[in-house]
This record gives sequence, structure tokens and C-alpha cells, in this order.
Amino acid sequence: MNATGGIKGASVIVVGGGVTGLSSAWWLARAGADVLVIEKGIVGWGASGRNGGGATHHQSPLFAEEQRLWPQMDELLGYPTEFQPKRIRMALSDRQLEEFKIGVDNTRGQGFPAEWLDAKQVRDLVPLAGNNVVGGVYYERGGHANPQRTVQAYAWALQDLGGRILQHTAVTGFQRSGGKVVAVETSAGVFACDTLILAAGPQTGRLSAQLDSEVPVTVARAEMIVTEPLPLMPIGGVDGNHLYGRQTLRGNLAYGGGPHEWLTPDDDAVAARPSSPLARNIAKRLAELFPKAAHIRVIRSWAGVIENTPDGRPVIDRLPTASNAIIATMSSVGFGLSPATGRAISQLVLAGHCDFADLSSFRLSRFGNLNPAWREERGWLPPQTDDDDARAA
Amino acid sequence: MRLLVIGAGPAGLAAALEAARRGVEVVLVDEHPVDNALMGLDVPFHFGQRMSGATRNKSRMMEAIAAADERIAEAFEAGVDVRLGVSAWGLFLPKPGLRWLTQSVVGLSDGDSTWYASFDAAIIAAGRRDIGLAFPGWELPGVMGVTAAQTLLHRYDALESQRIVILGSGAEATSFAEAAFAAGRTVVALVEVADAPRDGKGCERLAAHGVPVLTGTMVSRASGDANGVGNVTLRTLNDSDPEHFVSCDTVVLAVGTAPVVELLDVAGAEIGFVGSRGGHVPMTDRDGRTSIPGLFAAGDCAGVSAGKTSDPEIAAEEGRRAAAAACADLAQGSPSPRQTVIREGAATDDIEATQSAWVEAAMAVADPDTHVCQCEEVSLPDLLGVRPPRYLPRAQAPMLARNLTSLAHDGLVHQDQIKRLTRAGMGPCQGRRCREQVSAVLARATGTPLGKLPLPSYRAPVRPLPLSAFAEDSEPDVLAANWEGWFGIPGQWDPFWTLSDGARTEERS
Repeated sequence: MNATGGIKGASVIVVGGGVTGLSSAWWLARAGADVLVIEKGIVGWGASGRNGGGATHHQSPLFAEEQRLWPQMDELLGYPTEFQPKRIRMALSDRQLEEFKIGVDNTRGQGFPAEWLDAKQVRDLVPLAGNNVVGGVYYERGGHANPQRTVQAYAWALQDLGGRILQHTAVTGFQRSGGKVVAVETSAGVFACDTLILAAGPQTGRLSAQLDSEVPVTVARAEMIVTEPLPLMPIGGVDGNHLYGRQTLRGNLAYGGGPHEWLTPDDDAVAARPSSPLARNIAKRLAELFPKAAHIRVIRSWAGVIENTPDGRPVIDRLPTASNAIIATMSSVGFGLSPATGRAISQLVLAGHCDFADLSSFRLSRFGNLNPAWREERGWLPPQTDDDDARAA
Repeated sequence: MRLLVIGAGPAGLAAALEAARRGVEVVLVDEHPVDNALMGLDVPFHFGQRMSGATRNKSRMMEAIAAADERIAEAFEAGVDVRLGVSAWGLFLPKPGLRWLTQSVVGLSDGDSTWYASFDAAIIAAGRRDIGLAFPGWELPGVMGVTAAQTLLHRYDALESQRIVILGSGAEATSFAEAAFAAGRTVVALVEVADAPRDGKGCERLAAHGVPVLTGTMVSRASGDANGVGNVTLRTLNDSDPEHFVSCDTVVLAVGTAPVVELLDVAGAEIGFVGSRGGHVPMTDRDGRTSIPGLFAAGDCAGVSAGKTSDPEIAAEEGRRAAAAACADLAQGSPSPRQTVIREGAATDDIEATQSAWVEAAMAVADPDTHVCQCEEVSLPDLLGVRPPRYLPRAQAPMLARNLTSLAHDGLVHQDQIKRLTRAGMGPCQGRRCREQVSAVLARATGTPLGKLPLPSYRAPVRPLPLSAFAEDSEPDVLAANWEGWFGIPGQWDPFWTLSDGARTEERS
């Protein structure tokens, strides 16, 4: 299938052609490294191309760098990402308003402005808002971009710098020597490497287990709905009512949220089928969020599969069982942070540490005393079905 | 036990009647009459604004649809729960990702409200739809698909067209031409890119009525005013002949039809490309069993052929066979697995050659601003250059160096990539007018046979539905209690500095 073009290997092999892997590869290539990305399908086919496109992650040590980089990304990459600054969170109840406090504190705590809005101020800024708004928050920083366009931009920009991408190539195993990974075995042959970056999203658990490390993740399904285009609001990055999403630059409303079904590790491909009956519940909340858009048609939906760590925070660390392997899982919050994540990972590879952010909260060792039954403890299990019951009986 | 039948065409009606005869409870839904507003979006067919004002009167249209086929009355009398004007927009079965569903449900809508219905077995008889063809002026009112024209003429009695030029000379073209002629319309000409008519006998019958068949010819432009098409320019493929104008108010595209597999794809049934069944079709056994137990396909959605176009009895027989198999499943209480999959169909046309001949002719006459995707205004150069839409910067040097060929260099291209990059197929008509054209352009530009291209995905709702109609009326307490903007993981949004190495103990959460 692939024109592997006689590739024997690369200085750095990245497993996973999502935003985290591609951004890492691109930053490495910018620094002159020889990089090869191995992707089992097509770049951005997983959660990287299926998310709300938000870029407002005040909880993260990478927030400041996320905010610094996004406005430059179109120029740095050479391809459009549709990045738009600014974010408004709308509350439809006092309780929802209260929930915004942590974001305001986090943002101000890092020296960025965040402004409380009253109901009228929200309605002035959000033409589709209705009389049910009780208030909101305006973030001058933060914003959103188009995930699908951005992931392709990373891939193309990487190639423009001489980096290589093997699509439709599945990783089947690793070769190790002297405590290091020396080669990656794939459906298209064996590729040697000096450094390995595992950025494989839902495959994180399976692949790290092949290297005798446990990176605790469990996968879930999330879905969004999309409407036909509407006239552009002055700020497209508007969310609330426990929905995430944005108005795209084309004018579509793209929003998701809801209960998320936990999956088994083998469910990946099957579970990514479009939408579920939950789409109508998302629609209900969206019609509440934007009462003036109630006449607008829903024209599609999509679903994606994402991985979460037990505390919902990333792991970016060296694997204890392979000193030249770096694991990167963003715990389902990866797209917006990706410009900063990739730069941090490239520094870990090239300099051994990140000079612009404190990554100590991303260490794998924080799960050292994790209860083996952590999924059961949290209820992160697939719903029991009749089939399961029959098998158990 | 309840059998759901989707589509009240020849296959669906025959299936419903057969199942009712066998004593099974049957619900038969058909989206016609379709709301006038939806017709205006060219959903579900390419109506080209040639529906008469009468289509605004839904109850009158309800009568027209019921009167168009006497078997609808028969089905009512047989006790079938017939729901006209109700579309099926989603089909959901318990499986990984949807394990919380306890049974299979279909999403239904009458345009004003939306609901779910459960079923024990389902027969999809969703029919066929039109394939578009982008030539200059094809966005004008009056350019429409043959399925839309045939449906408006027969089922709605609401086709406004008077002077009609038909593109195509196959069975769908000739059978519509004969029906239009019989209904007092003027069929100006049939236009065919190939050197010989595809349905020779049909074309001979039309010639006897004085309808010419112009072979080796393409429409190079449709022109007109606010009312739509006023004339078309015809050009022979042999460029030495002069162009000539023909006055008409309608151009009917009969360059091909596609089986409607939307719901089957949404449900996750196995779908494959079978040229002799008209393109992408569900992989079924001889009884219409799909890869999903209890889910059947019958009629045009299981495969289109010239024979089926001329003789509705072929589809009806498929419907009866599927109904018999479904009833047997219901009687034994568990669905039988699919038997040997039928890989070949009855069509003798080489669909790949036919489609690419038309698309090639269209590419030759296209202007740079002829939009293959009308909703998102994507032209042929936009497709070939995988260009971002016009509201984005398009002139960055790296972007200009990218095209379909460079994309294909990185491995088999999926049409969903083209959707993501160019937006072709992302508009309110849900890709109905451009989907097959984009496939043909992609196949041609990358040298990939059509059958090797992965099926571009279908997404529920497969009909555009207003938020107000689509939204659930209420949110159950259990859902409200479990509703999270994201995963609701405790501490996920705590600031990093309370968790970092330097954090003071009192900061740690």
C-alpha cells in the first residue's frame, strides 16, 4: 500500500499521526531532526480530527505557551488552521456561573485577563443568546481552530521540512536492546530509531504494555452535532450549558457534550460510528444555549474515541522500561494544547527538559500507587449488556 | 413482534403487504410528501425548484401520494401502520459505543417533531437518488435530477416543467421521457455523451414520437434568468461542429442514480462497491439479509439496474422475499445469519465507464467558477488543488504546492479528507448533489478505480432537521445527573501549580 521508499528508519520515530504526534514531529523537524511518523490510518482520523477545536486550557502548565503560539500558527505552518482568538462561556443558571470560577481564577492566576459578564453583556456579545442567560465570562485569550484543517497543516508542514509520514501502517511490536527501543515493527516493515515517541491516543495502553510499562488509560466515546451555517457571531468561541464547541468560520454551530460511554480497548473502530440517539439531547441543550438558532437545521453528527488517564491529566514522560521512549497522552484534552505540547516534547527529546513549562505534574510515577481496580472504582466500565451477562453465566 | 419497513416504493409496499399477510405487525414509513422547504434544499432528491406551489399544501400532497399507488390503500386495509410524510433519519443498534441502548431504534421525523421507535426487524427499501453533474449554469432553477422529476410527476402530480431536455439515454432517461410525453410535456431532446444510446429500444420508441436523441453531445451551458433555465447550449464532443442553442425550462439529469444506503451505513451494515448493482450497496444474501442480523435491504437501495427501472415487479419481488425471511426470523425468535453474499448484480452498464464519461465531459465544459459542490461553492480547480474555502487564506506558497496528486502520494485518499479540506459535501444538502462527482474526480485524479475508494461516510441525521424539531422535549433526571460538558473527572481543571513539584501542601487538592 505504502511507498515506503526504502525507508530504513529515522532518528526519531513518532507512533501516532494525531495532533500531539504530528506537532512533536514538526517541532523536531524545525530543529533539524530526522523524523518519521507512523500512522495506522490517515492523519487526524481519530480524536485529533474529531473535537470541539477549543484552545482555552487554563489548568495546564502549557496554557501560556498555547496562548503565545496559536496566533502565529498559520504563519509558522504555512497552512490555514482557522484559529480565532477569544472565548465566551455562557451560564444558564447560577450553578453554571459558579462553575466558571475555577477557570477565571486559573486564568488570572497566570496573568491573563478574564472578565465576568452580566446577562445583558452576554446578549450584546452573543447575538444568538436568549433571555435565559444569567451571566458569563469573557476570555480575551483562548479561542478555537479547525481540528481537521490543523492536523493536515501539521502533516504537510512536517513534510515540507523533510519529515516523513507513513499512513495506513500499523505498529505490531518493538525491538529493544540495552534498555532502549532500537526499532519499530510495523505492517510495512521494521524501522530503526534512536528515540521513540508514543503518541497513539486510544492505543496508548496497548503499545506501552508492549514495552512493559503500564500507562493507565481507558477509552470512551464522545460525539458532536453540526448545524447548517448561520451568519457569523462576532466571537465564534462561545459555549456553556455543559456543551463544548464553537461556531466555525463557515458559520456552522458544532457542539458536543453529555454522558460518555466507556469502551473496551478493542472497541476503537466499531465505536467511532456516527452519532447515537444522544444527538437529540445535545440538540436540546444547544437550542437552550442559542434560543435564536432554534430554526436552524442539524445536518450531521460525528463521534470519536478518546483516552483518559485516572486524573484526567496528561502523561508526558520517559517510559521507565525504555529510556529513549517518551509517552504522550493528553487525556482527551489534546487539540488546543498541541502547538505547545509538540514544542515541549521536542525539547524533551533534544535537550532532555522543557525550558518554558513545568511538566512535573505530567509524570507517569504519580500513578505508582494506583489501585489496580481504578476503572471499577471510577465506574469507567462499558455498560453491561445481555451478551455480557450470558457470557458470565 | 414488530417489523419496520422504510420506504413505500414498489419494494417497501410489497414487503409490508407480504408481512401483513403473514400476520406480522408492520410499520411502514415513507418521507413523501416532503416539506416544500426541504425540497428547496434538494433533499432528498435534486428537485431543482421545479416543484409547483401545490407542494406547499401538505395535506393535498398527502392525498396525492396516497392516490399515486393503489397498494398504499391496500396496505392501510391490510392493517399496516402506514406513516406518510415521515422520514427515517437515523438507525441505531446496540453495539460497542451504544451498549447503553437496550434495543434497536429508528429515528423518525415529520419535520415538526422527532421521535424514536423500536423494532424487532427492519427492511430498508429506501430507493435510489440522483447523481449530479456540474456544467456551467447547473445551479439555475430548472436543472434537476431524474428521480426528482419522476417523483414530482408521478407521486406528487406537481412537476412544473414544460419543455424538457434530458441528459442521458439509459432506462431512467427513456422511462421518464415517455412518462413526461404522456403527461403532455414537451421532451425537446435526449443528450448523450456516448456515441450510441444506452437504452436503444426506448430511444427508438421516443424517436417515433419525434423526440431526438443527440449522441456524442454534451450540454456546455445552461442560461436563464431568475425563473431559471431558459435555454441550453449543446456542443458535440467533436469540437469542429458549431454549438447550438435549444430553448427549454428544465434540464433533467439522468446520468445515473445511486442506491440510497445512508441509513445502512449509519447503522454500520457492511457496504461494498458493486458496479453491476449501481455503486455502493449493502452486502446482502439472496433474501436481502445485511451483515447486521435482523436488518434487510430490498429494492433499489440494494442495487439499481436498468431492468429494475423499467419493471417495478423486480423490486417488489425483492421486497416480498425479504419480508418472508424477516417474518421467519420473527417467528423463530432470533434472526438467522446472513447466507452467501451476492456479489454480482443484473446491470450490464459499466457504471464506472458511464460515470467517468459524463464527469470527463463536464470537466471539459466547466468554468473555473462552476461549483461541483453548490452548498459550499467548491469548483473543480478547488477539488484538484485541495484548496481551502474562499473565506480562508488560499495563497500561502506551501498550500499552492499541494493537490490531490500530492495527497495521494501519502496513501489511498479517503473522500472524507477532501470533505475536510475543501468542504465539498459539507453543506445543507448533505452532499447529495456532489458526492458521486467528487468520487469520480478523486478516482480520475489519483488513478484509483471507483471501487477501491472507501465509501465517504454518511452521518445521522441523514435528513436536515431544525434544532427545534430535532431536540428532545425533556431531559430525564438520570441524564441530567450524568450530563457532563466533558468527563467530570474530579480535579481535572485544578491549576497545575497545585500539583507540580514545588506546590505547597496546602495547595494540593
